[in-house]
Amino acid sequence: MKDNEAAHKEEEHNIGYSTYLLVWISLVAFTSVTVTVAGINLGDYTLFIAMLIAAVKSSLVINIFMHVKFEDPIFKVFLTISGFTLLVIFILTFFDYFYR
Amino acid sequence: MANGTIAVSEKSFYEEGTTKKSTGIWSWLFSTDHKRIGLMYLIAITIFFFTAAWIGVFMRLELMEPGKTIMEAQTYNTLFTLHGVIMIFLFIIPGIPAVFGNFFLPLQLGAKDVAFPRLNLLSFWIYLVGAVLVLVSLFVKGGPIDTGWTFYIPYSVRTGTNVSLAIFAAFVLGFSSILTGLNFVTTVHRMRAPGMSYFKMPLFVWSTYATAWIQILATPVIGITILLVILERYFGVGIFDPALGGDPILFQHMFWIYSHPAVYIMILPAMGVVSEIIPTFARRTIFGYKAIAMSSLAIAFIGSLVWAHHMFTSGMSQTAVIIFSFLTFFVALPSAIKVFNWVATMYKGSIDPKPPFLWVMSFIFLFTIGGLTGLVLGALVTDIHLHDTYFVVAHFHYVMFGGTGTIFFAGLYYWFPKMTGKMYNMKLASFNAALFFVAFNTLYFPKFILGYMGMPRRYYDYLPEF
Repeated sequence: MKDNEAAHKEEEHNIGYSTYLLVWISLVAFTSVTVTVAGINLGDYTLFIAMLIAAVKSSLVINIFMHVKFEDPIFKVFLTISGFTLLVIFILTFFDYFYR
Repeated sequence: MANGTIAVSEKSFYEEGTTKKSTGIWSWLFSTDHKRIGLMYLIAITIFFFTAAWIGVFMRLELMEPGKTIMEAQTYNTLFTLHGVIMIFLFIIPGIPAVFGNFFLPLQLGAKDVAFPRLNLLSFWIYLVGAVLVLVSLFVKGGPIDTGWTFYIPYSVRTGTNVSLAIFAAFVLGFSSILTGLNFVTTVHRMRAPGMSYFKMPLFVWSTYATAWIQILATPVIGITILLVILERYFGVGIFDPALGGDPILFQHMFWIYSHPAVYIMILPAMGVVSEIIPTFARRTIFGYKAIAMSSLAIAFIGSLVWAHHMFTSGMSQTAVIIFSFLTFFVALPSAIKVFNWVATMYKGSIDPKPPFLWVMSFIFLFTIGGLTGLVLGALVTDIHLHDTYFVVAHFHYVMFGGTGTIFFAGLYYWFPKMTGKMYNMKLASFNAALFFVAFNTLYFPKFILGYMGMPRRYYDYLPEF
């Protein structure tokens, strides 16, 4: 029964080429934004903005290209915990860089 | 169908999970059976262990007397690097998960094999390729790596020795570790026998499961770091090299973001083995099952957040130093939960001091010393005095060799009859445990004292005061 449900789910969420293309164009666009922003002196915000753009890009890749958006909640729980750990690691690292 | 049944029954214990019956050396080298892969890891890991141990012996021989004894200073630098690289990447990280994890995790879960048997075999072969690359790096142009196993920048960028190939080998070995972790996580989630709920899983499985998560999440960080060092060496991209505007402390952050959790990759499975052995020989049910299971996950999580306690003297900000020192003390909590529960299990037990149990007793003593001296190093004030002295060497060996190494032997004695169908000589095995305990303390305890007196580590010779 479960297998059938899973098969059904997979069929239902067949992502079209147009979506993939759109995501790819967005990724390229975000990359050019990152490069442009790097040329502007935004002081302490430079890093924050670069990280924000990277986060948006990776969420697109994870959700659409890696199909996580359509997966079981357990995968989302694991990804959230891993992402949270990564965030804490970044914050702890910045305690060095911002106070050096 | 009938043929299939006969074919299965003809198979040995070591290839129950495989689809066909094969013979000879190929039935081992290309077997996807988790037990055979575990045994192949055991053979490979044993060879690397003895290789690195002999390197250690040569280092002690060099320091037998002041001045040059048997080798040049450069050879000594190479030897302590190789000792570290082999022991860490080829013995202690894969040690318990790859040998006992592969062999026993599916059996303890009631699964036929791990979730991805072919990936498991690939992981073994990647491990061998990594080992061969380490070997090749010794003989190609530039000579053996001399940076220490931590590959610190800027020296690792400047030295003419063969750093790139040696660290690329560590990069390759990382993939082997990730695949093993991936296999174990999936096996635990998908392959448990009917009725085997999470809180019915043996504690060895719990600890291997927590370890597998660290393997998956932390190992890519060292992979990226290694690639950046190689890029820095060949193209001078200026990420780490201060001469090019890079930040050498960033390297230390990235290195330890993996390498500190890596010490939990080493010790957590050992703690799982202890949680198996103590109830068996105390003849009591484990005390605090859930607390032990959850403390494995807690160690995996908190252990990921304390890496910079290796960097108190590196020049990072004082705010970070204080925060990391504070966080470090939290790791002691889940570790202590385990030790107290083990002791409580033995309380009023009917203890049968067979060899595996003797090794575990040895472990609790040595690991407690190693753990508590870790707090001495985690505390800011004392670390400034003890950093880069023999005290660190002693602490590390008490935790890793006294901890994981001892339990590797305990696990071997405990599971040897199950793995081979043979029993060893009890008296000899007990003597082995006792001899190890005495020899270990004789070798490593004086290093605490030397370190406290200020003797620096990684020196080829003695300073005048020693």
